Amino acid sequence: MASLRCFLRSGKNAVSAGLRREFHRTPPAAVQVTVRDALNQAMDEELERDERVFLLGEEVAQYDGAYKISRGLWKKYGDKRIIDTPITEMGFAGIAVGAAMAGLRPICEFMTFNFSMQAIDQVINSAAKTYYMSAGLQPIPIVFRGPNGASAGVAAQHSQCFAAWYSHCPGLKVVSPWSAEDSKGLLKSAIRDDNPVVFLENELMYGVPFEMSEEAQSKDFIIPIGKAKLERQGNHVTLVSHSRMVSLCLDAAAVLAKEGIECEVINMRTIRPLDAEAIETSIMKTNHLITVEGGWPQFGVGAEILARIMEGPAFNYLDAPAVRVTGVDIPMPYAKILEDNSIPQIKDIIFSVKKTLNV
Amino acid sequence: MRKMLTIISNILRGSASRNGARVVVSARTYADFTPQATFDIKKCDLHKLEEGPPLQAVLSREEGLQYYRTMQTMRRMELKADQLYKQKIIRGFCHLYDGQEACAVGIEAGINLSDHLITAYRAHGYTLTRGGTVREIMAELTGRRGGIAKGKGGSMHMYTKHFYGGNGIVGAQVPLGAGVALACKYLGKNELCVCLYGDGAANQGQIFETYNMASLWKLPCIFICENNKYGMGTSVERAAASTDYYKRGDFIPGLRVDGMDVLCVREATKLAAEHCRSGKGPILMELQTYRYHGHSMSDPGVSYRTRDEIQEVRSKSDPISMLKDRMLSNNMASVEELKEIDVEVRKEIEDAAQFATTDPEPPLDDLCNHIFYNDPPMEVRGTNPWTKLKSVS
Repeated sequence: MASLRCFLRSGKNAVSAGLRREFHRTPPAAVQVTVRDALNQAMDEELERDERVFLLGEEVAQYDGAYKISRGLWKKYGDKRIIDTPITEMGFAGIAVGAAMAGLRPICEFMTFNFSMQAIDQVINSAAKTYYMSAGLQPIPIVFRGPNGASAGVAAQHSQCFAAWYSHCPGLKVVSPWSAEDSKGLLKSAIRDDNPVVFLENELMYGVPFEMSEEAQSKDFIIPIGKAKLERQGNHVTLVSHSRMVSLCLDAAAVLAKEGIECEVINMRTIRPLDAEAIETSIMKTNHLITVEGGWPQFGVGAEILARIMEGPAFNYLDAPAVRVTGVDIPMPYAKILEDNSIPQIKDIIFSVKKTLNV
Repeated sequence: MRKMLTIISNILRGSASRNGARVVVSARTYADFTPQATFDIKKCDLHKLEEGPPLQAVLSREEGLQYYRTMQTMRRMELKADQLYKQKIIRGFCHLYDGQEACAVGIEAGINLSDHLITAYRAHGYTLTRGGTVREIMAELTGRRGGIAKGKGGSMHMYTKHFYGGNGIVGAQVPLGAGVALACKYLGKNELCVCLYGDGAANQGQIFETYNMASLWKLPCIFICENNKYGMGTSVERAAASTDYYKRGDFIPGLRVDGMDVLCVREATKLAAEHCRSGKGPILMELQTYRYHGHSMSDPGVSYRTRDEIQEVRSKSDPISMLKDRMLSNNMASVEELKEIDVEVRKEIEDAAQFATTDPEPPLDDLCNHIFYNDPPMEVRGTNPWTKLKSVS
């Protein structure tokens, strides 16, 4: 069902092309690609393109990746470029940063970003700040990637969203893709970027197929970091989201459309630097803002967006206070009924839209 | 008569320092000096190593003069920094290296400039041996635009080619150093990385994580513990269940070295470098050394150790005195020659201090620069929503 929804959502081009009677031109050869395969393709292409790129992390090589994101890469590139590490995050994250300092371009995988806390000093103090402290002498071209945020039934220590924590720090770029195209284009950009990039994936999205355009299938396809994407046009309210929550926003929008409420859905793609302009432009049209995220409310991504809107030109266009839909402010519980009620559901978004629009 | 002589020698000395002219009071040609000599050096304690460094080191006159000059420059630079700190011209953190000069100079003598090195925050000495000038080091300490990091890093964050700082977080530099070593192996240029940490840092978990990976992957990494007996105010006995730091690498071969003897350090480094370059993997050196100053300028350094102890080391084991005595007693240099070097060094330090105190502070429009490399210019929020600052790479 999820795949059908995704197909319909992103398959607009293919469907409409098929409906149009075009005899002289074949429709673009779009294919269905899961987020997992898109990430795999991105790494494969970049490993091939630049010899300095290499991947290290737990189980990335012989196990094909804990979530199979690096499937086949060790077989293709060998021990030198795909490195299995012991379970020592602080150590191997530091080693990755050191390798970047000395001219390589590491991809450092955290099995989940929860484990990145063990290594967070290396990410912030060794990677993020060094180019500044050295006044431009020492760049750090590194990507830290892995699944972030809530999964399914993995409980409190394995479900935290780190978007807000990493986005707090200057010197880092923080990317949070949603679709397969996002994942591929943004990961390629991140690997080619000469700066530390924190790349937040989502385990529940790995298996979700999306249509990937022919353009996106090219080896040179990159999506620039720092630009949001308009996933759905609307006039009544702006929904701003990232990662898996974009799916929920689109689902909620589909339900609301039946009641005549048209939501504009913005997929942030990048958390830092934040594309405030895209959000402002949308608010100037819809006059209403709701941010939707999986993480906790306090000092979160939504909190930052609301603060910026308050401080910027779009404030005067708001007809109602901007609000946030977030995860519940508790550690993630285990039991399914509790877990389901700890993160935003489609009904929460719908409820918030109606409250904001006062309908 | 004595007064006459004093006046004459004062005039001569005075003219020497003013013009920089070399006034040699007694005439001796270079043919008089011994071109090289062999010295006995202390035996190193070994851990999982068949053979240690040789028990004798050959020192040439040129090498001796170079080591002397560098160590003296380092010493004077640190003492000048002490002075400037007390005058409040240097602020914040300032961790001085005086007493430990033989380590930095000995290590550099055992490797090449094309090798790599990373250390912790007591880094001024290494910044010098790795190619930094006294001027840019001092100007960084005083936070001026002529500083080696344009005033944006300060005492703990100085960088040069193949020198990765200067790191403020205790122990964090060790995994970084192993990463540099990984790059050395990966790129196949037969380079290695010297990765330094102190006796205080030696208990850090991430160091043991690094030992494991460096050993597993046979990284060309020389781990060096500079054991100066105190981690800030805590003596090694109070901090470490085992103070045999050269053994703490367990499966990594190690050696304990007299860190006050530049020749001992050099020979041990040569052995370690050979070990790494032959593909045997990492090796660990413990340098037994001593710092005359406290942990930093805010630590007088006498609450946890006695003045007698400091004085004892100064009189019996000072690295510069040791080298000087060796050279003089073997006729490798003259007293006057070494004094001339002292004068030149003093002048260099004075000039650098002058520069460091008069160079202007960085311009305010440099505030937000150097966030990202190779990126188009971007906007950075100032302290309030109306202030938008510019940032370029």
